[in-house]
Amino acid sequence: MADIRLMKGNEVLAEAAIRCGCDGYFGYPITPQSEVMETLMARQPWTETGMVVLQAESEVAAINMVYGAAGSGKKVMTSSSSPGISLMSEGLSYIAGAELPCLVVNVQRGGPGLGTIQPSQADYFQAVKGGGHGDYRLITLAPSSVQEMNDFVDLGFELAIKYRNPAMILTDGALGQMMEKVELANFKPRLTNPEIHEKFGSWATTGKPASRKKNIVTSLVMDSEEMEKNNLRFQKKYRTIEENEVRYETIQCDDAEYILVAFGTSSRVCQKAVEIAREKGLKVGLLRPITLFPFPKKIIKELARRAQGFLSVEMNAGQMVEDIILSVYEAGSTVRVNYFGRMGGIIPTPEEVVEALEEKFSWEISYGVKRSY
Amino acid sequence: MVLKDLIKPENLVYGKSKVQEDVYMHYCPGCSHGVVHKILSELIEELGIQEKTVGVAPVGCAVFAYNYIDIDWQQASHGRAPAVATGISRMYPENFVFTYQGDGDLASIGAGEIMHACNRGENILVVFINNGIYGMTGGQMAPTTLEGMVTSTTPTGRNVDLNGYPMKITNLMAQLPGTSYVTRQAVHTAAAARKCKRSLKKAIENVLAKKGTSFVEVVSTCNSGWKMTPVAANIWMEMNMIPYYPLGDIKDSVKGGHIIEK
Amino acid sequence: MTEELIIAGFGGQGVLSMGKILAYSGIMEDKEVTWFPSYGPEMRGGTANVTVIISDKRISSPIIKHFDTAIILNQQSMDKFEKSVKTGGILLYDPNGIIHPPTRTDISIFKVDATKTAVEMGNPRVFNMIVFGSYLKIRPILTLDNVERGLQKSLPERYHNTIPLNLEAIKKGQELVESLLEV
Repeated sequence: MADIRLMKGNEVLAEAAIRCGCDGYFGYPITPQSEVMETLMARQPWTETGMVVLQAESEVAAINMVYGAAGSGKKVMTSSSSPGISLMSEGLSYIAGAELPCLVVNVQRGGPGLGTIQPSQADYFQAVKGGGHGDYRLITLAPSSVQEMNDFVDLGFELAIKYRNPAMILTDGALGQMMEKVELANFKPRLTNPEIHEKFGSWATTGKPASRKKNIVTSLVMDSEEMEKNNLRFQKKYRTIEENEVRYETIQCDDAEYILVAFGTSSRVCQKAVEIAREKGLKVGLLRPITLFPFPKKIIKELARRAQGFLSVEMNAGQMVEDIILSVYEAGSTVRVNYFGRMGGIIPTPEEVVEALEEKFSWEISYGVKRSY
Repeated sequence: MVLKDLIKPENLVYGKSKVQEDVYMHYCPGCSHGVVHKILSELIEELGIQEKTVGVAPVGCAVFAYNYIDIDWQQASHGRAPAVATGISRMYPENFVFTYQGDGDLASIGAGEIMHACNRGENILVVFINNGIYGMTGGQMAPTTLEGMVTSTTPTGRNVDLNGYPMKITNLMAQLPGTSYVTRQAVHTAAAARKCKRSLKKAIENVLAKKGTSFVEVVSTCNSGWKMTPVAANIWMEMNMIPYYPLGDIKDSVKGGHIIEK
Repeated sequence: MTEELIIAGFGGQGVLSMGKILAYSGIMEDKEVTWFPSYGPEMRGGTANVTVIISDKRISSPIIKHFDTAIILNQQSMDKFEKSVKTGGILLYDPNGIIHPPTRTDISIFKVDATKTAVEMGNPRVFNMIVFGSYLKIRPILTLDNVERGLQKSLPERYHNTIPLNLEAIKKGQELVESLLEV
C-alpha cells in the first residue's frame, strides 16, 4: 500500500534519503533547511538501515566528509542553504575534479551575503555554471513540489552514480517549509561492502585488497597535458549528460504565443499565471525546466520557432534568462526574451507575472505579430 | 668477488617494506618525510593491515604521499584531511584511516577540522609533521615557526607582536577528551626513529582497538626551507625546535579520559 | 473543487496546526493539498499565518493574492487579509480582540466566539478546533470521518487521547457559528 503523508519538503528530503539506501549524511545547521538534519536525527536511521548521520563543525567540514565518504564508494549527501553552499563550493570542485558521486541539496535563501532566510533562486548561476573553481558542472535538479523533493533524492543519486559526478537538488525555502501530500518511496537496501567492492572497486578507497592496485582519489595532476586530458574527459561527460539527461515539463505550450519559463517555486506561481492569462484571452504556456544543468535547450529552440516571446520568471535578478537567450540565439531566432522576477526573498504573485507579461510584450500583444530586429 | 655475487637473499640484512612503493621520492634529500613514510609502510606490513588501511594526503609537501605507500588514498583539500578521514572512517568503522598533515595544513588552515575531529574522538590516526615552515610553497611562516625564525614572509624573523606566537597545537589536542594518545616524536637519529616507530605502532593499535583519536607529532626538519644542509638542519632542530617542542608522550589515556600531567 | 484559504492569527493560537489538520483531512478525502506557512520575521513579530489549498487537481501557486476563505483570529490579520478575500468569498473570524469588525459587503461573513467557548469547555487549547468546526459548517468540503482520520494522522500518538475532545470542539464550532452576512 502506498505510504501517503503530509510532510514538509525538508522532512521529505531526509525520509527519501533513508529510504533510497543512503549511507551517510553530513551537515551543518542553517535556516531554512535545518529540518533535514533534525528529521534525520529524530528518525535515527542508524538503528534501522545503518545510515550514518553526523553534524559537522562547519559546511566546509561537512562537504569534505562527503568527499571522503563518497571517495570510499558510499552513497552520501549533504544539504545546506545559500551561504553554506558558498562555503562548500571548494569541496564541490574537488569532488567534481575527483569524479565522485554525491548529492548536495541547496534550499536557497535570498542573498547576497547573509541576506535573508526567505526563499530565493539567486544561486542559479552558482549551481549550473559550477560555483567553485575550474571547469566543472553539477547535475542540477529543480523540484517544484514536495513530491518531487522526494523523487529527486533517488534520481539525484542515480544520476550522480551513473556519471560519477556530484548532483545538486536546487530548491528553496518555500519548498523546504511547505507541506504537501507526498507518496513516499519504498525502502531500498543500502549496498553491502562486497557489493561496493564489486561495483566501485576500480576507484573507491575501500581499503586495497591484494587482488587490485591501490586506488587514489585525487583531483591533482601536475602535468598540464594530463590535466587537459582530464578536462576534456569531463567536458565529454558533460556533453553526454546534455545529450541524455534533459528533463522538463510543458504546460499548455502547444498553442502558446507567449512562453513563461520558470523552475521550482516560481514555476508553481507561473502555473497559476497561465490560468489567469488564459482567462484574459492570452495564449500563454509554461516551460518548466526540471534539469537546470543540463538545460533544456532543444525545446526552447523548438518553441522559439513558433512563439511570440519568452518571459523568464525567476526569484532573482535574471539568471536563467541568459541561458534562454543563448538557446534562442543558437536557434537563429529573433524572438524576444524578457525577464521578470522578485528578489530578496520575495515570491512573485501570479497576478504580477501576468502584468509583467502584458507590459513587456505590450507591442506584440497589441499588434499580434512578432517584433523582429 | 664482484657486487652481483653479494646480492643474494641470504645476505640481505635490510630491506624496504613491501608496502612501500619502489619509486623515487620527490622529497628533498635530508627531509624527514621519507623516514616517516618508511616507518608507516613497515608498520602497515607488520600489522598486516594493508587491506584495511586508507590514508588521507594533505596539501603540502606530502600531497604526493599516495605515490609512496601501497594503500588506498584520498587527497584532501588544504586543511580538511581530518574531515575527509572522518567521512571514510564513519563509512568503514573497521578500517584503519589516517591523515598525514604538515603544520601549515593542520595548525593553520585546518585548525578547525583537526580540533573537531579530535574532539569527536574520531577513530583515526593523525600524523603531524612539524617543521616550522611551509615547505611546498617555498618557505613561508607557519603557525609553528619559532620566534625570530627567518622565513620568506618573516624576512627579519618571526615577530610575536606582529605574527603571534609559535603554536603548540599538539598540546592543545591533548586537552580534548576525544584523543586517547598524544605524543611528540622525531626521526633525526636512528634512536629517535625507533622510538617514533614504537609510538606510531601504539597509535595504530589504538585506532584498531577503537580507542578514539591518536595524534603523533613528528618534529621535523626542512633543510631546504631553512636553507641549511641536512646535517646542519638536524643540529638546528635539536638546538631550537626540540626545546620549544619537547619530545615525549603528552597524553596516554582513553577516550573521554584526561591528560596525564607530566 | 479548489479551496484556497488563509488562516491568520497570533502564534500560539494553533493557526499552523489547524492548517495541518485541515490539510491532512484533505488527504484522507483523496485530495491534493498544500500547506504554506509564513516563516521568518513575521513569526517573530507574533503573527502567524498559513495558506492551505485543497483541490481535486494538481495545485499551482502556493502564493496567493486572493483567497476563497479567510479565517481571521486577530486584528492585525483582519487589517491585512479582509481585503484579500475574493468577491463572493468567505470571512470567518473570532470577535475576541477585534476592534474593527469587517466592513465588506461583497463577501459572506461569519463569526464564532471560540475564545469564550474554549474557556467554557475548560480547555483553551481546543480554541482552534472550535474555529475549524465553524469553517467545516460553512464549507462542508470534508466529512467528519475524514477529519477524525486527519487528526489521527497529524497528532502524535501521545495526544491521541485528546481526539474525542477535539471532535467535541469541532462539533461545538459547527453549532455556534453565526452568520452575519451572506452573499
